Amino acid sequence: MTDEPIIRVRGLVTSFGRNVVHDGLDLDVKRGEIIGVVGGSGTGKSVLLRAIVGLLKPDAGQIEVFGESVRDTSADDYRALRRRWGVMFQDGALFSSLNVRQNVEAPMREQLKLDDDLRALLAGIKVRMVGLPDKAQDNYPSELSGGMRKRAGFARAIALDPEIVFLDEPTAGLDPIGAAAFDTLIKQLQRSLGLTVFLVTHDLDSLHAICDRVAVLADKKVLSVGTMQDMLDVDHPWVQEYFHGPRARAATPDANPKEKI
Amino acid sequence: MSATKIATAENKAGFERDGARLLVQGRLTIDSFEHLDRQAAQEQAAQAEVIDIAGLTQMDTAGAWFIVHLQSFMAQSSGDSITGASDAQAQLIDTIRHNMPPDETDVVRPNPVGAFLENLGRRVLLGGRNALELISFLGQVMATMVRVIWRPRELRLTSVVHHCQQVGVQAVPIVALMAFLIGVVLAFQGSAQLRQFGAEVFVVDLIAISILRELGILLTAIIVAGRSGSAFTAAIGSMKMREEIDAMRTLGLDPIAILIVPRVLALIIMLPALGLIANVSGLIGGAMMSWIELGVSPAVFQSRLVSNTDVWHFNVGMIKAPFFALIIGIIGCYQGMKVGGDAESLGRLTSTSVVMAIFMVIVVDAMFSIFFAVVGV
Repeated sequence: MTDEPIIRVRGLVTSFGRNVVHDGLDLDVKRGEIIGVVGGSGTGKSVLLRAIVGLLKPDAGQIEVFGESVRDTSADDYRALRRRWGVMFQDGALFSSLNVRQNVEAPMREQLKLDDDLRALLAGIKVRMVGLPDKAQDNYPSELSGGMRKRAGFARAIALDPEIVFLDEPTAGLDPIGAAAFDTLIKQLQRSLGLTVFLVTHDLDSLHAICDRVAVLADKKVLSVGTMQDMLDVDHPWVQEYFHGPRARAATPDANPKEKI
Repeated sequence: MSATKIATAENKAGFERDGARLLVQGRLTIDSFEHLDRQAAQEQAAQAEVIDIAGLTQMDTAGAWFIVHLQSFMAQSSGDSITGASDAQAQLIDTIRHNMPPDETDVVRPNPVGAFLENLGRRVLLGGRNALELISFLGQVMATMVRVIWRPRELRLTSVVHHCQQVGVQAVPIVALMAFLIGVVLAFQGSAQLRQFGAEVFVVDLIAISILRELGILLTAIIVAGRSGSAFTAAIGSMKMREEIDAMRTLGLDPIAILIVPRVLALIIMLPALGLIANVSGLIGGAMMSWIELGVSPAVFQSRLVSNTDVWHFNVGMIKAPFFALIIGIIGCYQGMKVGGDAESLGRLTSTSVVMAIFMVIVVDAMFSIFFAVVGV
């Protein structure tokens, strides 16, 4: 059971017009892990995420989540499936007409019959879990900073205690301290809620700090999957450049012990 | 077993008390809350000393909250009054315990009358402040416009022509059609009434005066407010949202001179032209309907129009046009400049802009009516 991948992508082909983004892409995500998906700009990291959650129809290929195909299900099954994952978009994608608490309540309101007090209370707990102050609950998205919006988006993604959360560049645009705090938050919630995390990122620090495995997208495929250590040995120019570049060396915890002191 | 069962089913949570132990079983997840008798579970907990959750098959955040919540009802809740939790469950319960919301009692509920008065006061203040801001904005735009006209090299001629095309030329079909139909309606309704007195021929005066003096320009202004006023707000608002306006300022460019003056100027040039087209088209519609309905031939219509209708009726309509144009332009641009960071304010202000522009056009039209009545034209 534990060996069965929670997300299974086989032979995925997506394209926009003549521009082929993925050509025969395979990827397995194991239950309970944090997988980081990296790749240069335009390699289709976000497209992969959107294809898996069913926002985008691929041209060919199989996508199975929890052993069920995302593409060939009835509307009801898809709704049930969707209930078991949460998605956080790049800038939080909060509903601008609702305040933070109402945003977190939105999925509960849609999926469950709960009385108002209980729903507000549970939403309040989620808001606190992602480290937002209580007074932020009544703020509207336009009144929040970028980092707070991302946290609120994360709170909405975990509102229904999903089994998988998809995070699209959670640390992009945050200052290093905020990014590190967000990494810690992901790790901590992943542990206490038993989440599987699908993380699209550019952030080498995040990869080092929280990812169990890393999947590199290049040449329209998943070039390699493995731990950070494995990545250092991959013989591909982009991977070499990415994981051995100056930024990578700075991010590697044990590469430069002198700087740690 | 001195047990009292509350709820048991396969995917529900069950609470069962065995002496001082409260056994929690089944699935305690957010879905199960629908069927959960929380009151009863709380009463059970009040008599228990230990909560045993070893029987839970599933527990999520909501479930963990409920366990912590039940614990607070227990007679003496010592630190280890929850037993049977797996590592993951213990960790989740711990996380929730640290994130419990503050007590409800701390929340002060505002007095509804006080809240209403406060809200009213805020709105009045906001309304006053907005009016003041609008007037100061009008002043800024007028000052910039005068400066630009004084030194025509600062005038963005391309932009003015572009906006003339947008707000004027492209609006011709709809304005002409609207005025034509209004002329038709006036002739039709007027003839039905006037026929009773045998005064059919006065339908010409009715159409000419009402269209030239009021309806032609007023309805044109309303259509332009809906068409171009909203477009101004949307265009300037989305620039404001993407910080383009701030970028302009940092580059030393004046957004009022670049964005707003050409738009307002284009409206001031084009609205009288559109009004003229509306007048002509309205008269044609009226003449056609009079011919069909009353047999007043176009030649008779024309001669009666020329002999009986004072040219001042036309002038009154045309004098109002630039003022209406200024109102529509200023309000459209002002609301656009007020757009904040979120997409919702853009939509809200766009509709505000249209409603406010139409309302102000009608108010000013009424003021002109009084003015012209007093001066006697």
